[in-house]
Amino acid sequence: MRSNGMNSGGRGRRWSTGVVAAVAAVGLLGACGSDDDAPAETDGGEATSEGDVTVGLITKTETNPFFVTMRTVATDYAQEQGVGLTALAGEFDGDNEGQVQAMENLISQGVDGIMITPNNSSGVLGAIEQARSQGIVVIALDTATDPEDAVDATFATDNFEAGRLQGAYVRAVLGDEEPRLIMLDGTAGGTVDTFRHDGFLEGFGLEEGDPAILGMENTQGDQNTAQTAMENLLQRSPDVNAVYTINEPAARGAYAAIEARGLTDQVTIGSIDGGCEGVQDVADGKYAATVMQFPAEMVRQGIDAIVEAAGGGEAPSGFVDTGSVVITDNPIEGIESEDTAWGLENCWG
Amino acid sequence: MSESTAAAAARPPGRSAADPPPGGAAPPASERRQALGRALRNPLVGPLAALLVAVVLFTLMTDTFATAGNASLILQQSIVIGTLALGQTLIILTAGIDLANGAIAVLGTIVMAKFVFEGGNPLTALLLGLTITVVLGAISGLLVTRLGLPPFIVTLGMLTVVYAIARLYSESRSYSVSEPLLRFWGQGTTLGGVRITWGTLLLLVVFTVFWFALARTSWGRHVYAVGNAPEAARLVGIKVNRTILSVYVAAGALYGLAAWQALGRIPNADPNAYQTANLDSITAVVIGGTSLFGGRGSVVGTLIGALIVGVLRSGLTQAGIDNLYQDLATGVLVIVAVSLDQASRRRAAR
Amino acid sequence: MSSTTTGTEGRGAETPQADGRTPVLEGRKLSKSYGHVRAMVDADFELMPGEVLAVIGDNGAGKSTLVKALSGAVTPDKGELLLDGKPVTFRSPIEARALGIETVYQDLAVAPALDIASNLFLGRELRRSGPLGSLLRMVDARAMRDEAQHQLDALGVRIPDVRQPVESLSGGQRQSVAVARAAAFATKLVIMDEPTAALGVRESGMVLDLIRRISARGLPVMLISHNMPHVFDIADRIHIHRLGSRVAVVSPRTHTMSDAVAIMTGAARPEDVGGRSHYDERAQGRQRARSTDGSDGPPTPADRVNPEGGEGAGSVP
Repeated sequence: MRSNGMNSGGRGRRWSTGVVAAVAAVGLLGACGSDDDAPAETDGGEATSEGDVTVGLITKTETNPFFVTMRTVATDYAQEQGVGLTALAGEFDGDNEGQVQAMENLISQGVDGIMITPNNSSGVLGAIEQARSQGIVVIALDTATDPEDAVDATFATDNFEAGRLQGAYVRAVLGDEEPRLIMLDGTAGGTVDTFRHDGFLEGFGLEEGDPAILGMENTQGDQNTAQTAMENLLQRSPDVNAVYTINEPAARGAYAAIEARGLTDQVTIGSIDGGCEGVQDVADGKYAATVMQFPAEMVRQGIDAIVEAAGGGEAPSGFVDTGSVVITDNPIEGIESEDTAWGLENCWG
Repeated sequence: MSESTAAAAARPPGRSAADPPPGGAAPPASERRQALGRALRNPLVGPLAALLVAVVLFTLMTDTFATAGNASLILQQSIVIGTLALGQTLIILTAGIDLANGAIAVLGTIVMAKFVFEGGNPLTALLLGLTITVVLGAISGLLVTRLGLPPFIVTLGMLTVVYAIARLYSESRSYSVSEPLLRFWGQGTTLGGVRITWGTLLLLVVFTVFWFALARTSWGRHVYAVGNAPEAARLVGIKVNRTILSVYVAAGALYGLAAWQALGRIPNADPNAYQTANLDSITAVVIGGTSLFGGRGSVVGTLIGALIVGVLRSGLTQAGIDNLYQDLATGVLVIVAVSLDQASRRRAAR
Repeated sequence: MSSTTTGTEGRGAETPQADGRTPVLEGRKLSKSYGHVRAMVDADFELMPGEVLAVIGDNGAGKSTLVKALSGAVTPDKGELLLDGKPVTFRSPIEARALGIETVYQDLAVAPALDIASNLFLGRELRRSGPLGSLLRMVDARAMRDEAQHQLDALGVRIPDVRQPVESLSGGQRQSVAVARAAAFATKLVIMDEPTAALGVRESGMVLDLIRRISARGLPVMLISHNMPHVFDIADRIHIHRLGSRVAVVSPRTHTMSDAVAIMTGAARPEDVGGRSHYDERAQGRQRARSTDGSDGPPTPADRVNPEGGEGAGSVP
């Protein structure tokens, strides 16, 4: 499961998985020695000599495939560009303390730039401010900070746009049919969740609170939770014809529930992410479309920007949309899309 | 399971009553009062009442709740946590706790799915998965009994280790399953328009089996005795460590079954799945009236506990109420259940 | 039980007592050390058929080690145990129990949450006949309830419903359940380790009554207690333990409580108090004790004095 910006997992999980993640991390480090495509190069010191550019990458966790992709790409790309890379991560999603510590370590290491998928906490923001005050370029990846200008620049999917694309596509599939929508959200109040949700409604052409929205449920982006929620919602609203999902695991859960009731012909499911599994699901016809995002792009553009700034060039600024693309094998006029063959070539995870 | 010796032969040597006491038979009125007292003292009364209240409430609040289809759905949704909670019940009855059950089951799903994914025989995959969960249960049990470590610490460690193994072995990706054997429990039949999965039937069968084992066999009595008064159990000749170990092994087997069930429900083995299953299972056990201090409780209570959680989730969703209220209600029930347990134990200790 | 008596003048190592009766349980020169601590030093012990033998001793005198050795919880380093005159070794309480020695522990050893019937049969549940019992280990709950009720009734323990959890009982009732359990299964003897220590006056009385009833069945009882009035109320003989071994066996008829306490604490030598007692010096098997009442006649209070000697010597004076 993955969804950037979501406290994926949610309630009760933290104290158990915190420890888990810690030991899993130790396990992974131990495994790195023999693992060719180790996700993290934890010691960038070797590459660091006078004049070389050094970059730090801090992800929310090191287990989520989305972040694993980021780290793999960062490692490869940094090597390619002759840049020193130190990859760190929180122990679990929402591990503010872990991110702050990672920031402090990178600051004392004296890196030129830091890329972070930030937890939005004052603690993390404080550490970011500290880094910037020492002339370190800080770039937010995947998730914007709040306020956005707490970092130099943000390289991320425009989640509102991604949501809008999903909504527009699903609505277009419905055509003249009266919409009856169920929304499977991630976590209540999450930044990304809100952007995608609101974007979807705009693209779909409904206002929040419209009676055509038959139900909404938080799924933590978890397949099992999403399936259960969908089953229960279908119990009340078996006449649904459109489903919004926060990410692909949620879409899989929704599909399973809908399939069990034999409603697949009647319902159009949309999703967001572009993980390879999700694209495959679209290819298999489980849901109509997914909106792909590009974590590799975020990392590459981020490293480029830091290298440029370190070389005396202009520091990056503002929000840089790394793009989002509708993936479907059922293209609809008026909505730009790529097919799943293209999707499988460009997916992450 | 231990104690193969001293079966019915242990009947005490008959002795003529030297001093037959008066009043062997109580008058019927007091007997009825006793029966009523016993019924009210039954720790299932509370959970059952909570379940009934919830069902009645949601029946009144929605048109869609009180249907056979919905009941079937709630059962299906309760299968995995219910099976895990059954194993958890066994362990909690011995005054232990298992934080690793979800992780063990997840590893089971991954072993089964990845083995098939790599071209293995599904039956072998299944047996491999089941074996691994049993072995992991046995390891917990051995650490608890041989090294005398507290179950909380042992299973916290196991949780961490097993989770890491699951991630490493799965290479942090998920494996979907199409083998009919592994998906078997998600299949089913339709009875009068209601879908009944084999998994639902299995859940009921497994609960019945363990109800019988706990309530009607000598092994069951030993499990209760070991949890309630380990020293007394040892003194009367119960092999305490062997009983505890048997419980962890049985729980491991149940986690394997839960893994199989999970693939029936979601044919996708994901190392990130069921992250809160350990706590969810403890929740079901506690709401079901089983004491965290061991020696008191029942699997029937646990089934009711799991159903209460399922009913709340289903009912609140259908009533259009934010599912955070489900967490809220569940949390309140946990606290109420633990308070009742404390109160009853304090009464007993007087 | 009144037909049984003591009168154990010295006796041969393998031969019965002078009166022709063999002790039910006999310990000879039992020793047990824990590291440098010598908890039991050449301790002798015997329990005669039908008697209530109290064992008293100051804290640290080694009573509990003796009890453990006799009940199988501890295996002595040295010495010999004879059950009905035959040498035995217990490696666990289970083995002792299998031979008919039941022990009632101070801390009850009951499972409070289980019902009375289950507690009575804990560890030796009655099973259903046939494969249900042998294969599935299904218990015969009804038979256990009936039998439990019967056992309690037989001992005059009034408990209306054996399906009640033990924790719903008073302390005395709980102890009664533990005692009833021991009585139900013991074929040789019952050891009671401080059975009244945690009980009030009235409840202690209940338990003492139970001991009398058990004794009346002809089952010998070994009672370990600190409570002198209880001991003097119920014991036929009193084994006094001091510094790891038996120093004397006295009779409540010939000795006062203060005599017993004096011997127990070492304030007096056994031969100096009570007029007719005998002491057992822990001298390597040399018999020092004299018998002053060597009669083999019917038991009288005087007869209940047991002159002790080193059994190893085993000679009649």
